[in-house]
Amino acid sequence: MADSSVDARTTGTRPSTSRSFYDKEVQAILWQVVILTIVIGAGYYLYSNMQYNLEKRQIKTGFDFLSREAGFEIGESLIQYSAASTYARAFVVGIINTLYMAAIGIVLATIIGTVIGIATLSQNWLVAKLTEWYIHILRNIPVLLQIIFWYVVFLNDRFFQDARGAEPLFGDVFVTIRGIYAPIPLAHVGWTAALIAIPVAVVAVWILSAWAKRRQTLTGETFPTFWVGTAVLLGLPVIAWLAFGAPWEFESPRATRFGLRGGGRVTPEFMAVLVGLTVYTSAFIAEIVRAGILSVHKGQTEAGRALGLRDSTIMYQIILPQALRVIIPPTTSQYLNLTKNSSLAVAVGYPDLVSTGNTTLNQTGQAPEAILIMMAVYLSISLGISLFMNWYNAKIQLVER
Amino acid sequence: MMGFKRTLAVAAITAFSATSALAGASLDAVVKRGELICGVNTGLGGFSIPDSAGKWTGLDVDVCKAVAAAILKDASKVKFVPLTAQQRFTALQTGEVDILSRNTTWTLTRDTSLGLNFAGVSYYDGQGFMVPKKLNVKSAKELDGATVCVQPGTTTELNLADYFRANGMSFTPVVIEKLQEVNAAFFSGRCDVYTTDASGLASIRKNDAPNGKSEDYVILPEIISKEPLGPVVRHGDDQFFDIVKWTLNALIEAEEYGVTAANAADMAKSSKNPGVQRLLGTTPGMGKALGLDEQWALRAISAVGNYGEIWKKNIEPLGLPRGVNNLWTQGGIMYAPPAR
Amino acid sequence: MATTTVSLPPPSERPGPISWLRRNLFNNMSNGITTILLLAALAYAIPALFNWAVTEAVTAPDHEACRVAKGACWGFIAEKYRLMAFGTYPFEEQWRPLVASAALVVLVIVSAIPAAWGRALIGAWVVGIPAILVLMGGGWFGLTEVETDRWGGLPLTLILATFGIALSFPLAVLLALGRASDLPAIKALCIGFIELVRGVPLITVLFMASLVIPLFLPEGVNFDKLLRAQIGFILFAAAYVAEVIRGGLAAIPKGQYEAADALGLSYWYKMGFIVLPQALKHVIAPLVNTFIGLFKDTSLVIIIGMFDLLGAVQVASNDPNWRSFYVEGLLAVAVIYFVFCYAMASYARWVERRLDRSNR
Repeated sequence: MADSSVDARTTGTRPSTSRSFYDKEVQAILWQVVILTIVIGAGYYLYSNMQYNLEKRQIKTGFDFLSREAGFEIGESLIQYSAASTYARAFVVGIINTLYMAAIGIVLATIIGTVIGIATLSQNWLVAKLTEWYIHILRNIPVLLQIIFWYVVFLNDRFFQDARGAEPLFGDVFVTIRGIYAPIPLAHVGWTAALIAIPVAVVAVWILSAWAKRRQTLTGETFPTFWVGTAVLLGLPVIAWLAFGAPWEFESPRATRFGLRGGGRVTPEFMAVLVGLTVYTSAFIAEIVRAGILSVHKGQTEAGRALGLRDSTIMYQIILPQALRVIIPPTTSQYLNLTKNSSLAVAVGYPDLVSTGNTTLNQTGQAPEAILIMMAVYLSISLGISLFMNWYNAKIQLVER
Repeated sequence: MMGFKRTLAVAAITAFSATSALAGASLDAVVKRGELICGVNTGLGGFSIPDSAGKWTGLDVDVCKAVAAAILKDASKVKFVPLTAQQRFTALQTGEVDILSRNTTWTLTRDTSLGLNFAGVSYYDGQGFMVPKKLNVKSAKELDGATVCVQPGTTTELNLADYFRANGMSFTPVVIEKLQEVNAAFFSGRCDVYTTDASGLASIRKNDAPNGKSEDYVILPEIISKEPLGPVVRHGDDQFFDIVKWTLNALIEAEEYGVTAANAADMAKSSKNPGVQRLLGTTPGMGKALGLDEQWALRAISAVGNYGEIWKKNIEPLGLPRGVNNLWTQGGIMYAPPAR
Repeated sequence: MATTTVSLPPPSERPGPISWLRRNLFNNMSNGITTILLLAALAYAIPALFNWAVTEAVTAPDHEACRVAKGACWGFIAEKYRLMAFGTYPFEEQWRPLVASAALVVLVIVSAIPAAWGRALIGAWVVGIPAILVLMGGGWFGLTEVETDRWGGLPLTLILATFGIALSFPLAVLLALGRASDLPAIKALCIGFIELVRGVPLITVLFMASLVIPLFLPEGVNFDKLLRAQIGFILFAAAYVAEVIRGGLAAIPKGQYEAADALGLSYWYKMGFIVLPQALKHVIAPLVNTFIGLFKDTSLVIIIGMFDLLGAVQVASNDPNWRSFYVEGLLAVAVIYFVFCYAMASYARWVERRLDRSNR
């Protein structure tokens, strides 16, 4: 792109015909000193005001509140947490919930966005139009409104039944105002093994596809990577599960006086945030995928057809890999947006980082510290995602050469 | 009513000039401004709630009006700033409001580490539970495994966890920041139980039950905490602290002496009771001690009535019994130190 | 010649509805099946939706009727539209936010017309912003004073968004120039600010504005809640707008800089009269897209207790009689947001095409 002109954008150090090199240099230093002084001065002024205000009003400062007992319960937690845990742990619960939400949201939004994006270019007029309007409508409505909308729908007694005395949808699966309840497997080493097998299978497939690609480049022989890969992905966990005793015990939700208890459960808060974030972000990703595909020259498709390749092969083997170069940078910023937007969970009470941080802030009254922690965590997550995606992007660009 | 113009002026000039007041002098600031800024709840019937014209009523509101009457000689010179639970302490600490009268519980940590002073107790409350009648729950001890709706960042949230822990029970919290949304979640069936101060439960049951069917919900007998609610000021101006404290005491003492909004002016002239004479300024000295004129209490009582009248006007319609909030002479614990 | 034409095969595709269908919906087996499946789904969904939204809906402001109806309750909007549009702004004064919103919308529309770009437009903004504030807040010209915590609804959304982007613009230009500059300290400062703000969610910036700004100020100085939110919003917007402008700066050919230097122009002359005007022309479309994002983001102020368009409908739904019909209120607000954002997005596309043409 035009980035080649970046270095030449300014001329501060370049010799100029009208003035001496020395002059410019002095000017540059002066400018910087002046601006730095102003910024540091203003910063110091604000900071000293805060110090003064906090001290004068005898407001506690510092981070030692983190080791105090939190005293409040959290509705959903992936790690052990109780009211007797510390504030630090409450923050960790929030961070994990945020990451969990962001991870699931990113995966789902990518899948839906890619499918929709490809579908907008369908030769089928109906498919193209419907998906186009999906994009138009969903990206032009604030995500917070969408999250609240879903929450209100999920909590509406006009659409969902009361959890107390609920009728199952089928088997032991219940859909109620308090979320979806379903049986979950009882803890057993077989399930653990199956769970561990999933990442192992992913790595195996990754190695397999690398090997297949190298072999194809060298010998021209193709390998049914997709089918074998799918088989490994599904098969390995099943084998692990079988090998460790094939447990088939489930805990079903059961009716109590206070609605359903036990079993697995997805809360309406979680669903509202997830659906809102996923749908909103998928519209943006779809638009990016569409633009990416359009950026690949039409000749590529025609060449593929001339070789007698199937349309799906052309799309997945020729168009998409090239489009990825255009797709990845903006998609990265969508991932970052999704992660940052997950902070809106606070509006519906899903205990993400902002929600638990906010409660801590209210309980301790130490607003600057609590907000600082929230910002630092998000900044780290953002940097982490950026670094990973930059690495991935660089890798893709290299592979293409 | 210079608020908006001042805002514009601050915005227009710079951040660092403008309306700087003298250090520590909350009272000076109030007098200079000619207006008391009072932080209240965003809407809790009986304590502070705006009508559609933006006029505020309630017990917490009346406390602020009484303070304005005492200091500024005019009970209408109060600007009410609705605050969420999250904003209330910061707003007071930073001087956005002069006084926080927002059903706020007096606790040790708030009194110390937040840099605040509680100027007394205007309402002895306690936390309770509300459940739908159809659940047929008779006692809070039966609530094991229930889903509980609660507002975050309140003492309520902490007491709730304490109570269940103490009784070896478990619960699932549903934590929502905005009062109105917690109400909605409870009444839609998202939770089995709603917990907050008993007065709040009564207010919510009366005003927010769907289709006005407040009889479908019961408040359980257990009161699980002490929640002394009262007006709060920030550290740094003891004189202002004293005025707020003694304005509240004057309202309570007035009920004890039978001084009402209607008869206060007459009693000031005719009463032979030395206590009443001191309170209403017939015998000078009390006002001077506070740094006010001698009619401070007379004005406060005339403006909003004595504590009993305030109660009758605001809390009684919620259907709450006076209980511990009765005067000490009537079997309650409402007890004002003597004004002498 | 006529004889040869007879022997030619007929054109494979004749214009007309049948051939259009064949080409666009049934050009092969799988597309045909997809079309039929989709049509079946639509045939099921559209009547159901139509029934819910129209035939079985209640439009009268009667919550009892809404309770028993199977369809949507548009009565919610009929009952609450004033509250939804203007929040808790004093009822008898609501012509003021109406005029203010209209004026803002007109200003924005005029600013979108290339023919109107010029000094007069800048003048219109310089006069318009304070005029709108005075109209909303009163206190002058016999208008009764209305505290900012009673501002709400659409005007609040419009004010936060337009003022946010208009006032962030100068700061953003400086940040973008700073980031592109080769003075290391200034560059580092600008990068630091931009990346910090872009790395955190807006809600934390708003928390900061609402809870921490007061601590930064000397004693006795207080900003109004709305002003604090607006400051947070401006700083947030500045970082994003700065990145857009940076993209525009990067697109300016090196020759332009060199030509300016050759003329002996100072840095500010070079940037202000040669580089920036060209750079900004290139980034109008992404700027509009940033504006759309910010317009949607104003909805976050409800989390710090202000009542913008989304907040006002929330307030409207607090009425226990109408609580179940919040969904309909949200749909109505969604339509308003959609109309504004879609219009702006269409404008951005138009600008892009126009720019493409002029560059050709």
